[in-house]
Amino acid sequence: MAYRIEVAFKKDIRDALGEKTKKRIRGNLDLPVANVATIEVYTIEGNLTAEELKRAAEGPLSDPVIQEYAVNLPLAKNFDWLIEVGFRPGVTDNVGKTAREAITLLLGESLGNRKINVYTSRQYLLSGPVSRTDAERIASDLLANDLIERHLVVGKDEFDFQKGLPAVIPQVTGKDKPRVEQINLTNLDAAALLKISQEKLLALNLEEMRAIVKYYRNPAVVKGRRKIGLNENTTDVELECLAQTWSEHCKHKIFNSRIEYRDGRTKKIINSLFKTFIKGSTAKIRKAKGKRDFCLSVFVDNAGVIKFNNKHNLVFKVETHNSPSALDPYGGALTGIVGVNRDPFGTGLGAKLIFNTDVFCFASPFHKKKLPPRILHPRRIFDGVREGVEHGGNKSGIPTVNGSIVFDERFLGKPLVYCGTAGIMPAKINGKPSHKKEIKPGDVIIMTGGRIGKDGIHGATFSSEELHEGSPVTAVQIGDPITQKKMTDFLLKARDMGLYRALTDNGAGGLSSSVGEMATYSGGCEMDLSLAPLKYAGLQPWEILVSEAQERMSLAVDPKKVGKFLELARKMDVEATVLGKFTNSGKFHIRYGEKTVAYLDMGFLHEGVPQMKLFASWKAPKHLEPTFSPPADLGKALIQMLGRLNICSKESVVRQYDHEVQGGSIIKPMVGAQNDGPSDAAVVRPVLDSFEGVVVAHGICPRYSDIDAYHMTACAIDEAVRNAVAVGVDLDHLAGLDNFCWCDPVQSDKTPDGHFKLAQLVRANMAIYDYTTAYGVPCISGKDSMKNDYSIGKTKISVPPTLLYSVIGKIHDVRNAVTMDAKRPQDLVYILGETRDELGGSEWFGQHGVIGNKVPRVDAKKAIKLYRALGKAIRAGLVASCHDCSDGGLAVALAETAFAGGLGLNINLKNVPYRGKKRDDYILFSESASRFVVTIHPKDQAKFEKLLAGQVAREIGFVTSDGLLQISGLSGKIIIKEKIGKLKAAWQAPLNF
Amino acid sequence: MANKVNAIILTGNGTNCEMEMAHACKLAGADRHDIVHISELLHGEKRLNDYNFLNLPGGFLDGDDLGSAKAGANRFLHAPISGANEMLIEELLKFIKRGGLILGVCNGFQLMVKLGLLPGMNGNYTKQTSTLTFNDSGRFEDRWVYLKANKQSPCVFSRGLELVYYPVRHGEGKFIPESATMLAQIENNNLVVFRYCDAKGSVTMDYPLNPNGSTNAIAGICNETGRLFGMMPHPEAFLHRTNHPRWTREDLTEEGQGLAIFQNAVAFIRSDEF
Repeated sequence: MAYRIEVAFKKDIRDALGEKTKKRIRGNLDLPVANVATIEVYTIEGNLTAEELKRAAEGPLSDPVIQEYAVNLPLAKNFDWLIEVGFRPGVTDNVGKTAREAITLLLGESLGNRKINVYTSRQYLLSGPVSRTDAERIASDLLANDLIERHLVVGKDEFDFQKGLPAVIPQVTGKDKPRVEQINLTNLDAAALLKISQEKLLALNLEEMRAIVKYYRNPAVVKGRRKIGLNENTTDVELECLAQTWSEHCKHKIFNSRIEYRDGRTKKIINSLFKTFIKGSTAKIRKAKGKRDFCLSVFVDNAGVIKFNNKHNLVFKVETHNSPSALDPYGGALTGIVGVNRDPFGTGLGAKLIFNTDVFCFASPFHKKKLPPRILHPRRIFDGVREGVEHGGNKSGIPTVNGSIVFDERFLGKPLVYCGTAGIMPAKINGKPSHKKEIKPGDVIIMTGGRIGKDGIHGATFSSEELHEGSPVTAVQIGDPITQKKMTDFLLKARDMGLYRALTDNGAGGLSSSVGEMATYSGGCEMDLSLAPLKYAGLQPWEILVSEAQERMSLAVDPKKVGKFLELARKMDVEATVLGKFTNSGKFHIRYGEKTVAYLDMGFLHEGVPQMKLFASWKAPKHLEPTFSPPADLGKALIQMLGRLNICSKESVVRQYDHEVQGGSIIKPMVGAQNDGPSDAAVVRPVLDSFEGVVVAHGICPRYSDIDAYHMTACAIDEAVRNAVAVGVDLDHLAGLDNFCWCDPVQSDKTPDGHFKLAQLVRANMAIYDYTTAYGVPCISGKDSMKNDYSIGKTKISVPPTLLYSVIGKIHDVRNAVTMDAKRPQDLVYILGETRDELGGSEWFGQHGVIGNKVPRVDAKKAIKLYRALGKAIRAGLVASCHDCSDGGLAVALAETAFAGGLGLNINLKNVPYRGKKRDDYILFSESASRFVVTIHPKDQAKFEKLLAGQVAREIGFVTSDGLLQISGLSGKIIIKEKIGKLKAAWQAPLNF
Repeated sequence: MANKVNAIILTGNGTNCEMEMAHACKLAGADRHDIVHISELLHGEKRLNDYNFLNLPGGFLDGDDLGSAKAGANRFLHAPISGANEMLIEELLKFIKRGGLILGVCNGFQLMVKLGLLPGMNGNYTKQTSTLTFNDSGRFEDRWVYLKANKQSPCVFSRGLELVYYPVRHGEGKFIPESATMLAQIENNNLVVFRYCDAKGSVTMDYPLNPNGSTNAIAGICNETGRLFGMMPHPEAFLHRTNHPRWTREDLTEEGQGLAIFQNAVAFIRSDEF
């Protein structure tokens, strides 16, 4: 039987969701709806009495103070259009799950062996002069995502006000018998091999398919296979497992390829960008640091591990979730954040999570042009991603402390959604170093957390391709932060009780990846997929193996401790299932019941992928230099700059994230007299008994890639480091993470400019090496996402090559931390670092529609000296405020310093150390790297100048109480005189959604 | 001899502020400050009987999926304690009867209201008579707010406080009583403990000073005994001056203002009044 319980707000109770929806329909779609009301619908499958349904409705499902309910009757009235939105079969329904648990608990023993299921949907009741077409548009463009949701649009004339809508159960119906397909690849030609790769969404190229063929032709291999009942045929389980393990996403084939790089003058052979530049730079830095090396585990685990102090280690990882977020912004971003949570959580013996970071790259939310097929409007992506990260972070109890939003039209092709998470763990747990993993043959494989469904199948291979017409629906998952929170609560307890030996997360590639990687520690595994708990029947063995259903960890448990482990799981209401054991057989051995369905040599699985051989060719692009003259009204120009999307306030987003949970918030995202100035970096105190703090910051500047990805990367690294320096980080205790989001750099018919794009990648890597070693800031982990292109029909959109460089560091005493807001009238204003006419790729040139060629270049040697001197001044308590100069340059930094402090500034541009073409607008808006605006108390001037001796540091004015930003130009005349209130309003307006 | 202060900080199923709340109890001088997972109560391994100060921290019980703390309240009402032949709610009611203190913050306050513990008129603690629902803004927000304490309130947690500044971090903090009569009872008995106000202490309905549009600007209420107290803002998020959003520009005492709530609880339990 199926029943419907509807819940609506009583008359006169404000329907905040309805109002918000109305605002969005009017704002985003420009349709004149007069009113929107909402009704929550619970469709219950099972056998319940009328009395039981009533108890459920008036108990957990409705709030007696403000809501009314109806069982099997409609509540909808007074509308023109009714839109009901519910999930498609098999899509994670978190609210439905909670409702089922609540009703089961409510009915208790009286439920007996009756099983119930609950599915949720929501009705939107629209009134106002909108047509059916408009209502359909509201449903499909705003309320429902047809990929994962179904919607129904009913007019008031069609609606049965007596009976309402029928109860429909979105159940997964296909109940196929488990079947393993056998494919003989050994005699297929190139075309047939590629066809299989394409049709099965394997994303394997011909050479890789041939490597697989070669393996199955090996008589020794076939002989071994025959012993366990297989033959020279490849099973679909094996093929899927190989495709996942060998995917670009998991194997980073481009980063590990052999590249021939030419730049006109020289030719270089690079054997693996990753080994040469990233691992190579970290090794060099660690060696140079010697005894002061704080790295503990780099590039080998799910996240990087560094020392925090003698008692604790820090763990940090940043991931991207671009492709899923393009298809389902909410689910994609939610899964992005709860997914990256599991990386530090699954590192070493497991870390407690202490903060999240998020950086988004979108096209303008005000995009007016027609959208290519399958691309969602950027505003919708913005709203969905923001909400996904909100739910993922807030509900997990992890503060979101740092982030940014970057805009560029090319992110229409794919939005970039970077999600980061840091954790802390005791340096030793039960006497063992916490950052190391160990698995012994005979250890039991246990999966814990959520169940397996069809969600997220082919996520790993899908993200290794561009977004195309056939991009799979099942690639989208929806995370459930509460299931994950319950699991992490349980596992941290199990960790401290010593109940497991190792753990890792089930992310991309599911069990195939997690167990496959863990098996390398012991040298093999044997696992029975028929034991895995499923969300619904009908999954094929290969689907169970590669499903990316969320909230799951895989563990290696000492056989003697399995009983205790399972007992604790049961008590804490977390599912945990034994799936097999780790071995030293050298085989990745997978059964379904008694039957072997995959039997692969560990060596072949992990090392068998052929190295790609690629070509890169660099020729610096030539852009037009600008021809515009300096504007007469620079005040107006500054106001326009403050309103640019890449500069303006992101407070409306920031406020919707909990950035203070866990009680250690020291420097918040918004600071200053009115709590609304943009801080440069976050500082948190992860151990409440201590004043030692963690600093987190980042740098990202994709616009500079238009000129040279080398300098883009250098600027991103410098920006991250100087943001951390601005709040007072200890430069000797700072580590980085590199996250590359590139467009496809492999030359092909689809990518005729692959050689150039690969050269951009090579140059970015060279900059990573040059600048991380110069700063002594080692990369400890990272990730690359290489196929951020959109290609449907004749339209191809590639994202600009984008590096996010995130840093995590230590501040020895958080009480020394500094914020960016001007503090007191009469304080002196300094600029630190040299300004040059480096406006190529700048926001100022962008404002005039030009790119230019003079991209900011980082002089690392000078910068590091300046940063050290500034650090000393901060620790000595001499710095009242410090703000980094980035997008929009000095003028924007000055304006922000002023209005964040609620104070005016009086500045003389003549005193700014500057090299280049003498123009006021250039000095104001140049984006030269390694610069800060600092204010100090006049009494500290001598001490401050002494510490900064030998650096480029010049007094350029003072703080005033008149509330005016007043700047005089090179000619001595006042060129800007604006009220700080006006500047702030311009800065706050654009994204004040 | 003064009473021992045995604080329990309950967690599990989506609660997430237990660590800082336990730290607050510790700083305030509680003799015990145990973070206890609800499964330990449900399996009879820990008993409320052993404590006299119950902390219900913020978070998202069961994801707030059925409305804030609704599924959590359902669990408290209907979950049995295994092997004890007793329901969890019975143990909770006994705790109250013994005079134990309960502090609910944010999701903990929502839980208390949805259970009926607050306002709990005439000692009826299992009938919901008020609610906390969606902010007028329709969104979750993290921002600091000023609160004016009601000096006439019987609340033991707010003694001596006048104007305090704490963060709110919620999407469902708008307090609505079931009727005008209920509101009158709450007001007449001085059960309102804190109201949203401006920096000078004038009570306000204006957003964002009043972050959710709460009836009569109510931010926290207590029961008639003053021993059960819930509030939306987070005192445990302001234990040290460096938690304050403007600590780098204002002269502040070393101790954060939030600690007072916990110190009051500890002092009360140690006193003869308890």
